[in-house]
Amino acid sequence: MRTTITVNGTARTLDVDPRTTLLDALREHLGLTGSKKGCDHGQCGACTVLVNGVRINSCLSILAMHDGDQVTTIEGLGQPGALHPVQQAFLERDALQCGYCTPGQICSTVGMLQEAADGWASKETADLSAPTALTDAEIRERMSGNICRCSAYPQILAAIRDLAGEVA
Amino acid sequence: MKPFTYERAADAKAAVKAVAENPGAKFLAGGTNLLDLMKLEIETPTHLVDVGRLPFAGIEATDEGGLRIGGAMTNAKLAAHPKVRELYPVLARAILAGASGQLRNKATTAGNLLQRTRCDYFYDTAKPCNKREPGSGCSAIGGPGGYGAIFGASEACIATHTSDMAVALTALDASVETMTPDGGARTIKVEALHRLPGASPQVETDLAAGELITAVVLPPPPAGGQAYAKVRDRASYAHGLAMVAVAGGRVAFGAVAHKPWRAEKAEAALAAGASAAEAASAEVAGADADDRRAHKIALVRRLAAATIEDAGSAR
Amino acid sequence: MTSVRDWAEPNPVTENRGGVIGKGVDRYEGALKVTGTAPYAYDTVAPSPPAIGVLVTATIPRGRVTSVDTAAAEAAPGVQLVWTHLNVPAQAPRGTRANPRSQRASNPALGSDRVEYYGQSVAFVVADTFENARAAAELVKVAYAAEPAVVDFMASFDQATLPPDEEDVHIGDFHGAFAAAPVTIDETYFSPIQNHVQMEPCATIAWWEGDKVTVHTSIQMVKGGQHALAETLAIPSSDVHLLTRYIGGGFGGKGQPYDDLILSALAARALKRPVKVAYTRQQMFHGTIHRPAVDMRVRLGAEPNGRLTAFAVEATTHCARAATFTEHAANFSRNLYAAPNRLTGHRLVRMDLPHAGPMRAPGEAPGMLSLECAMDELAEKLGLDPIELRIRNEPDIDPETGKPFSIRQLVRCMTEGAQRFGWERRNPVPGQVRDGRWMVGMGMAAAIRGNFLLPAKAGVRIDAGGIITLRQGMTDIGTGTYTILAQITAETLGVPLGHVRVEIGDSDFPPAPGSGGQFGAATAGSAAFEAGMNLRRALTELAVGDPNSPLYGGPAEYVTFENGVIAIENRSETLAALVGRAAPDGIYVEGSISPAADARDYSQHTYGAHFAEVGVNQVTGEVRLRKMFGVFAAGRILNAKTAKSQITGGMIWGVGTALTEVNAVDPRFGSFVNQDMAEYLAPVHADIVDLDAMFLDEADDKANPMGIKGVGELGIAGAGAAIANAIYNATGVRLRDYPMTPDKVLAGLMAKGL
Ligand SMILES: Cc1cc2nc3c(=O)[nH]c(=O)nc-3n(C[C@H](O)[C@H](O)[C@H](O)COP(=O)(O)OP(=O)(O)OC[C@H]3O[C@@H](n4cnc5c(N)ncnc54)[C@H](O)[C@@H]3O)c2cc1C
Ligand code: SF4
Ligand code: FES
Ligand code: FES
Repeated sequence: MRTTITVNGTARTLDVDPRTTLLDALREHLGLTGSKKGCDHGQCGACTVLVNGVRINSCLSILAMHDGDQVTTIEGLGQPGALHPVQQAFLERDALQCGYCTPGQICSTVGMLQEAADGWASKETADLSAPTALTDAEIRERMSGNICRCSAYPQILAAIRDLAGEVA
Repeated sequence: MKPFTYERAADAKAAVKAVAENPGAKFLAGGTNLLDLMKLEIETPTHLVDVGRLPFAGIEATDEGGLRIGGAMTNAKLAAHPKVRELYPVLARAILAGASGQLRNKATTAGNLLQRTRCDYFYDTAKPCNKREPGSGCSAIGGPGGYGAIFGASEACIATHTSDMAVALTALDASVETMTPDGGARTIKVEALHRLPGASPQVETDLAAGELITAVVLPPPPAGGQAYAKVRDRASYAHGLAMVAVAGGRVAFGAVAHKPWRAEKAEAALAAGASAAEAASAEVAGADADDRRAHKIALVRRLAAATIEDAGSAR
Repeated sequence: MTSVRDWAEPNPVTENRGGVIGKGVDRYEGALKVTGTAPYAYDTVAPSPPAIGVLVTATIPRGRVTSVDTAAAEAAPGVQLVWTHLNVPAQAPRGTRANPRSQRASNPALGSDRVEYYGQSVAFVVADTFENARAAAELVKVAYAAEPAVVDFMASFDQATLPPDEEDVHIGDFHGAFAAAPVTIDETYFSPIQNHVQMEPCATIAWWEGDKVTVHTSIQMVKGGQHALAETLAIPSSDVHLLTRYIGGGFGGKGQPYDDLILSALAARALKRPVKVAYTRQQMFHGTIHRPAVDMRVRLGAEPNGRLTAFAVEATTHCARAATFTEHAANFSRNLYAAPNRLTGHRLVRMDLPHAGPMRAPGEAPGMLSLECAMDELAEKLGLDPIELRIRNEPDIDPETGKPFSIRQLVRCMTEGAQRFGWERRNPVPGQVRDGRWMVGMGMAAAIRGNFLLPAKAGVRIDAGGIITLRQGMTDIGTGTYTILAQITAETLGVPLGHVRVEIGDSDFPPAPGSGGQFGAATAGSAAFEAGMNLRRALTELAVGDPNSPLYGGPAEYVTFENGVIAIENRSETLAALVGRAAPDGIYVEGSISPAADARDYSQHTYGAHFAEVGVNQVTGEVRLRKMFGVFAAGRILNAKTAKSQITGGMIWGVGTALTEVNAVDPRFGSFVNQDMAEYLAPVHADIVDLDAMFLDEADDKANPMGIKGVGELGIAGAGAAIANAIYNATGVRLRDYPMTPDKVLAGLMAKGL
């Protein structure tokens, strides 16, 4: 089945089995192996990419659902030598160990910061009508869709805190 | 995953027709539940009709002073909507208590309501399960897990419905609007949408094949406070062990039955002036009690009492 | 042979003139990992497009495959082969070691009709695409003749035996002393089966060129994997090129090869094209090893002043029927507290469950969950602060062996930790502190984990441009190996970090044992250090022997290496100038390390203390971390950043152990009830609140030339017990059954009328 998506700014047309997930399309057909498969069932977040700027689990989409969409993967955010600020913060804060969850964490962070900027609330938001303040508790909750078995959470928090500014 | 064909529906009518006429067809919205199950061949549709981009993804005010939520609106957008946050905080809180940020960005109103159970044996295709394979038996009964239904379970199935959103919608007395296979429309109360398992746990709702959920309608916000509570093993990204939603005088429980559970006995007690604890006890007095369930009944009772208190719904 | 005395001599690493050692430099491979450009096994680009293999796994715990219907799968679109035990290519019988020096014996996949555990591979499908392979795998129909299986651990203690080659350790007269002790504790603790849940499922891609196979796989032990594949395929190990450059987590679970390695290689040979195979997340739970359940009986007898007189820790655990793995959950207790009368030992039940095996701090991780709670219980009975109780039982020499400690800073870990954490805020009376519906409490626990050094080699090369490349058959599973090897090499040779390249994870490189048992940094690092020292010698010789060098004529003893410059006082040149001129092809040398002859004369461990504050929801029984702090003494720290990450990672595993992690066995099926990441609950970000750690200054000159020790596993040891003790302090409910999930906590609260 033919599908056209724009990946990291470039339009790509693929003719693949309808069963192909967005994740497998990126990895197996477009050579973008930065997005990882940790569970293939929406349970870990390693496959997180941005679709039209919004973070999603790419393992629980089939490619066909994204015809016409703009997809940004970890490769589209930055490259060695030209890191995206979130990538830079992760590197400096050692917010990674094995690195397998890391592309998902970083894409998720980018999406999460936009959600916060848009004023979205989270489970940790005490007052649903107040403007969003990215407290530590807010960051932790909003990033809980990305499991890190190496458990780099304190370092991931520090990295995101660097980007989100100091909000108590 | 079994092979299937895919189409993106041009409009609601075409979508309904495509599914109604093809017994192997299913609607696909966010895909977070359906594709999950298809990968395990628990669901094996031969044709998917994508309704995720149909133009019912927005939210509008109703003449009655409530809100009409598009069936394809994402959970994330719904929870972020200023009117929902202001007037129906129990709904925003319930949605935000569920899944993860990424999943809520895909999951839709209709898909969320129709998500299937998380029962471990339903997910494990090597084990008997009446819901997955009618007549094969129920592995959960007699198994080591302790979190099955405490209301309305049957010999055939003790699974629970674990949608957070649906619990809040039940407490808010919401309705779903559908397009029926003949192109007509009907309205069903959320609390009447799902069935108890009985002898056929594989049939989960009263929707006809091809009946499309186009919207969920919220009546005007009820008088009184609202509160939502969810108990879970880890602090986030986990299905609930028990949930309670309170909206004014209405109370609903989640993860306690095959459907979002409206706690009518608790409501009646509250209306009669009972305390939060009394109201909670009144409801769980009707639970199916046995050793396996004793712990969960206690949990639900305590959670319900605390949540009713938080909402300020008791005298 | 080397003696530990030789290691006490100053050397470039311990002098650390360049200041590279200990510095929190960024991860060497970090830029690749944050950009998604580090290729893990399944990401590897093969010479031609690979076919995809998918495993079919058994659904009984024990018995025989009686028939397999593969017709539908074979006829399915894109399918290239379907294998069962009937048609899989010949492999060496299990346990064959054609080369006696092989580190691992053959381990055939689909080797027979026997099913030894639920989740064992019984068939294998290869197709042109993943979608086709996965669908075809579902079409394989397997029939079994099931046999009675032992799968219920708690019901099988009557079958427990001493592990092979092992006796209980008796010192003094435990039973007499325990009977006479004025204050006693006799409690049993249970820690369930847990799973590694490495984020990257096991995966391999294989291809052949002539008789040689190249495999990129996810494995912690390079040689182990290479040898296992060679033995299984009955080919020389020189025909197996195994690469494992980036590994998405191991934690002990990838210490051994699995069927992805064997079957991808066999299929690639049969199909004459690359084949890649990954376990599904679900297959990982049964198909790879787990940490076994441990039932621990702890008996403590003490004087009223807190001095232990009787001490017994007895662990019952299990392993697969055909295996010998023992979770040595009582071992740590042999070195921790003084007590004259002691009994420690293990019992093992052979079961028909999937294979038990090492998982992060095997022994300590489950074992400390018991004793460190029992000490808390004893402290309360005695009316002593838990830290004070431990101080009163601090041994001067190893309580079991009588050997001196190489260095032991346990007491300082506890006192320093208490101060930084604010232990004085703890109300020793449980159930007193409230924050709304949350009952708040604090707990602490000690940590101990053995330190090890294994033989290893490393190679180091300097090229004409002065760039130094370290090569080693070592792995980095997230531990920071790349980075610390670069630091050691840079400091040893006095060059800026930017002049060092590190290449690991390749069976062609000088062998190191791999990542496990927190021996990685010390072992691989020491070999790298020795290689670096050998290169220093070679460069010194080159310079003082080269008439064109300003250093010509020496004296060699005065040669220094700093900032990429080799010098004798004010006579100097850059390494690039020297090598470029005098050895334009570069210089390559190797180095090796092995344990010192007298290393075993010391009791050698890493230590720590955990402090935790939790809230317990009085309504629901949910437990949530509020704060956690750990202080650790683990030798010289090579990299402040990566070491801290290792330690806090371990502590977080402790949180999971205490609160959420369990693989529940369904005895009716002999399988785990939960087999995915939605139901096996590893901690998520929101679970980890305000968690931090620090290291004490330390150098253990009995450990290795650099005085470093392992940090990868210490962090989990004892961590869960600190949480359990905090739950008790919060509520007065003493739970001894991990994990402490809301149902158990709530039952305890209700039993107390709360
Ligand atoms: C790891 C994980 C954790 C989760 N945790 C939670 C949680 O804590 N709480 C919670 O509530 N949920 C949780 N979920 C479930 C999640 O909320 C649901 O998967 C999601 O809401 C389904 O929405 P969807 O749009 O993706 O549905 P889909 O998967 O697209 O569809 C689900 C079903 O609805 C049908 N359908 C879709 N749209 C329509 C329509 N308009 N009319 C009629 N039928 C339709 C489909 O045919 C299908 O049968 C979790 C899911 C995952 C994977
Ligand atoms: S409880 Fe229902 S879903 Fe679960 S195994 Fe039984 S029949 Fe299947
Ligand atoms: S791979 Fe998509 S969430 Fe785990
Ligand atoms: S860095 Fe290994 S899983 Fe996150």
